[in-house]
Amino acid sequence: MNLIEKFHPDENRPLGTADMPRYSPPVSVNAEIASAITVEYLCKKYGAHWAVDDVSFVVPKGRTIGLLGGNGAGKTTTIAMIMGLVVPTAGRAVVLGHDMARERHKVLGRMNFESPYVALPSRLTVRENLTVFGRLYGVPNVKERIDALAQDFDLVPILDRATGKLSAGQKTRVSVAKALINQPEILLLDEPTASLDPDRAEWVRSCLEIYQKQRGATILLSSHNMMEVERLCNFVIIMSFGRIIEMGTTKELIERYERENLHEVFLYLARSDH
Amino acid sequence: MTARYCYLLKSSWLRLLELAYWPTMQMLVWGFLYTFLYASDSNLLNTAGLLLGAVLLWDVLFRGQLGFTFTFLEEVWSRNLPNLMMSPLKPTELAASLMLMSLVRLLIGTIPVTFLTLLLFAFNIYALGLPLIALFINLVLTGWAVGLVISGLVMRHGLGAESLAYSVMILLLPLCCVYYPIWVLPAWLQPVAWSLAPTYVFEGMRAVLLDGVFRADLMLECFALNIAYLAVGFATFLYLLRSARHNGTLLTMGE
Repeated sequence: MNLIEKFHPDENRPLGTADMPRYSPPVSVNAEIASAITVEYLCKKYGAHWAVDDVSFVVPKGRTIGLLGGNGAGKTTTIAMIMGLVVPTAGRAVVLGHDMARERHKVLGRMNFESPYVALPSRLTVRENLTVFGRLYGVPNVKERIDALAQDFDLVPILDRATGKLSAGQKTRVSVAKALINQPEILLLDEPTASLDPDRAEWVRSCLEIYQKQRGATILLSSHNMMEVERLCNFVIIMSFGRIIEMGTTKELIERYERENLHEVFLYLARSDH
Repeated sequence: MTARYCYLLKSSWLRLLELAYWPTMQMLVWGFLYTFLYASDSNLLNTAGLLLGAVLLWDVLFRGQLGFTFTFLEEVWSRNLPNLMMSPLKPTELAASLMLMSLVRLLIGTIPVTFLTLLLFAFNIYALGLPLIALFINLVLTGWAVGLVISGLVMRHGLGAESLAYSVMILLLPLCCVYYPIWVLPAWLQPVAWSLAPTYVFEGMRAVLLDGVFRADLMLECFALNIAYLAVGFATFLYLLRSARHNGTLLTMGE
């Protein structure tokens, strides 16, 4: 049995807003497995546009879930609502038992994130940036933690260089290191290897894999790299125009659509009319 | 957070220099005017002294607010604000660090200028004595309250609201009677002026410089107004932060 199962949309469920769309493919989690992230009927409307349109899923503790979709699919907005940076128009995102729209400060110290849409202060050195965020997250022995991360992500030669003078790939590695500074239980990664060369990208994936296993962390990963998703994720959620259009394990999706790999499944779904 | 801003300041000597640059330039212009007035008629000494005192204290108000707002804007310009907002940092802690850095920037910018004024124009602002502390504190508190509102507006409306950092205080300049006593204003405008905390400070400064009297009553009223301003400023900051989270503007900060 899958960790995450589909169930049929409940047509009688209460709606958050009068004009909210009715169709969605919500999911439930196996009751025996504790959830780290629960997203229920999540919607975000900007003006007349639904950026996220009735999305529901559950991420069990200790799993890595891939969130896929083309540009504008609603992945980043979904992640922002899970972090509590954006308040949903309707529905809710619950992390470790806390509603992120109302109780985010109770749980933010146990989470972290990385996104290409956010940068670290460019004039500060890598060490200074990591120190600031280490202190913000209340990390004990910040210096030792920075040294360990510097070893893991090959940051030792650039620790005392201004972050703004690093290459795009180096900045990405620093951002991932920042995301791990507090050894988070929940890690949200938005395209973590987007600007890395294949060798470095593979290195970062290995680091994330090791971290996930050692810490038992829950990872929600948004990526356009299907190989990365196949390798890291236990389960995949595919979004399009703010909605979930498909979900399952990589194997299930490949079999369901009779394709060779996840890349082909994604292309098929992206080109279909939803 | 304070460590983050200290790292930033020490990373560039140009930033440090800029903190004192504008106050120095302003002081030079007004200082030469002071010299001219004094040379023309020694009876104008008090008037000229008032001008220099007003310039220095106005700078405390203006730079106090700019220090707060610019420290916040640094986060927006560097696209770091979402990192902070998704960290366990609380709005009160962010506001406290911005206040502390505003004070640091203010002291770096104004203390050298006061000594320069003493050296070049023989005007000693420290001759105000202990009342100077009350004047200074009240001006800084007003600057923080205005800074909180402007920072909130930037969070809610993005960098389109950036120009408010420069312009809001200029709106106060004619109303809070920096260079002239309040009776100069039309009667209908005087209640408006008395609703502004800096008016009490500049009236208080004139009382010390002209009459040698410290108006504790003015300072206490001013302090009470500032506490109300800070409460309103912080409530507005929180409201605009909440509004920004609803509108998703924190996601696109710096773009």
